[in-house]
Amino acid sequence: MSGQAISLPRWIDVGLLPLWNLMIAMLVAGAVVLAIGHSPLQALTVLLNGALGSVRGIGYTLYYTTTFIFTGLAVAVAIHGGLFNIGGEGQATVGGLGVALMALALGPLLPAPLLLPLLVLSAAVFGMLWAAIPAYLQAWRGSHIVITTIMFNFLAASLNAYLLVNWLRPKGGMSVESAEFAESARMPALHELAARFGIELPSSPLNLSLVLALLACVFVAWFLWKSRAGYALRSVGSAPRAAHYAGINPKLQVLIAMGLSGALAGMVGVNEISGVQGKLTLDFVAGAGFTGIAVSLMGRNHPVGIILASLLFGVLYQGGVEVSFELPGFSREMVVTAQGLIVLFAGAMATVSAPMFAKLYSKFANKKGA
Amino acid sequence: MDEVLIGSVLASTLRVTTPLLLCALAGVVSERSGVIDLGLEGKMLFAAFAAAAAGSLGHSTGLGIMAAIMVACALSLLHGFACVTHRGDQVVSGVAINMVAAGLTVVLGIAWFQQGGQTPPVDASVRLTGLSSAYAEPGTGWFNAVIGHGLLSHNVLVYLAFALVAGVWFFLERTKPGLRLRAVGENPAMVDAAGVSVPALRYGALMINGLLCGLAGSYLVLAQNASFSPNMTAGRGFIALAAMIFGKWKPLPTMFACLLFGFLDALAIRLQGVSIPGIGEVPVQLIQALPYILTVVLLAGFIGQALAPKALGRPYVKER
Repeated sequence: MSGQAISLPRWIDVGLLPLWNLMIAMLVAGAVVLAIGHSPLQALTVLLNGALGSVRGIGYTLYYTTTFIFTGLAVAVAIHGGLFNIGGEGQATVGGLGVALMALALGPLLPAPLLLPLLVLSAAVFGMLWAAIPAYLQAWRGSHIVITTIMFNFLAASLNAYLLVNWLRPKGGMSVESAEFAESARMPALHELAARFGIELPSSPLNLSLVLALLACVFVAWFLWKSRAGYALRSVGSAPRAAHYAGINPKLQVLIAMGLSGALAGMVGVNEISGVQGKLTLDFVAGAGFTGIAVSLMGRNHPVGIILASLLFGVLYQGGVEVSFELPGFSREMVVTAQGLIVLFAGAMATVSAPMFAKLYSKFANKKGA
Repeated sequence: MDEVLIGSVLASTLRVTTPLLLCALAGVVSERSGVIDLGLEGKMLFAAFAAAAAGSLGHSTGLGIMAAIMVACALSLLHGFACVTHRGDQVVSGVAINMVAAGLTVVLGIAWFQQGGQTPPVDASVRLTGLSSAYAEPGTGWFNAVIGHGLLSHNVLVYLAFALVAGVWFFLERTKPGLRLRAVGENPAMVDAAGVSVPALRYGALMINGLLCGLAGSYLVLAQNASFSPNMTAGRGFIALAAMIFGKWKPLPTMFACLLFGFLDALAIRLQGVSIPGIGEVPVQLIQALPYILTVVLLAGFIGQALAPKALGRPYVKER
């Protein structure tokens, strides 16, 4: 095979190829389901039904989607800046810590309309600062962002555990979690809001954070493609030397890209800690930071793609829980497996099928021309 | 009393260092050939599962180790197929391997053994025990406690791991394939110009990597825990990665880094709730976090310089 780049029309590159890769990943996942003695078709039916078949199921699906939009956007913004942020897990953990500290300190004092924006701000700032340290080390001290952010994931988990065990756990409490927040520090759940307008919705963890996530998508789209700062960030990501020559400071851009990335990941804390738990817990991110990598890869690092990919993973996560209830001997870890396969086929092996499509396309185009 | 304490800390340091060391050496071989390996954690986890499944069903130590090595090598091959043959992103491929391993081991474990993801324990006769049973407990006297229990009470994999430090060093620094392997991590174009296949060398490195990861996984099941439990590696693969960087991608310094991290781990268990005069109680989380902190500080160039192989992470494109 020659080293030349294969150029494909946009609709194949952006539309068909990712779908093809997703399909291969799903086929392999189906083969695994078959191998452990279940019908893939039955599993898929239960999965879709569990995720989308009821209002309650949709609520759970959208709750997972919210978290994945945040972590997916976080990975995407960093990638546009030419950086691989593998530390979404840690930044989300520290974001949740930011929410908890603010909620515990000001919860009894402020009403919700004043406190909730502060919680969002606190989550973003904490996540931002946690990502800024690896960014600084990458830009000014030359350490590798991938390794440093991995280390910071573990450090965040240790920090969270230390603070919970030694400081935030109420005296005499048995479980490792903080005290419950005041009511004003709770992001309103959608079913509670609907009840105020007289609409009866089954309870689900879906809360107003979804609106925040969609706003974040709009902001990221505007920032990356419409703002001057976003242009500078993307130019450093795609051609660092040219950007430097044009007078853009690449070190500063590393800091901006990672800062924004960390802020987005940190907002997972709003959804999970303020929206659902109402207290700080251990391991509340539960791998969502890594799911963000899969989401961003599937969504081609674009907010619209990320919303679609987050929905896909929301369906997988919520549906996976239902399947593990319905089918005996079926583990919800199947979803993690499928997620890994998607990262493998849509990420690491994304271009494996490209030559085949190029051949097919050129054949097709030639026929048309002749 | 002191010698008993020193002896048992030494013994537990060596025990927890062994899987780290095998895994870190695996990382050294792969990364010196220019292939980033973030999948150490996943490969060790899947290897541990294979060792437990094959060891408990086949009632054989050899079968367990064989299965572990085969599974780890298969994952290494997958990594090579994605990153060497198809020049995919090495970091992304490593992340994918970790996810697949974390998920699939539990899925298969629950489907095959119905114990919530655990495997049945391997037979006592299948487990690796100390080569000499004379020092299984720390006896009295300095020799018995420190030399005996501390150094001579271990199983064969512990000694093999340390012997492999010398083995990997000799291979990399004193043999022709080792020289080529290092060259392919620094300047693949030069190796290619000399008529040696770059992919073949990188695949070779990945096979050695799989072998070592397989041994690391086997150790967790056959020497440490007797059965597999979900996510039993618990970040050890990443500590090994950190140790490899801390050891500047060289076998001997990597061994010292592993010993340091192993010692911290052994210490953390003992220092739980203990108050040290003058300092007070040291939080366990801080000791557990020290390997990561030290690695970050080292990478930032505050203590020496850690220089990665030059072509690390760059897929090789043969020029036409």
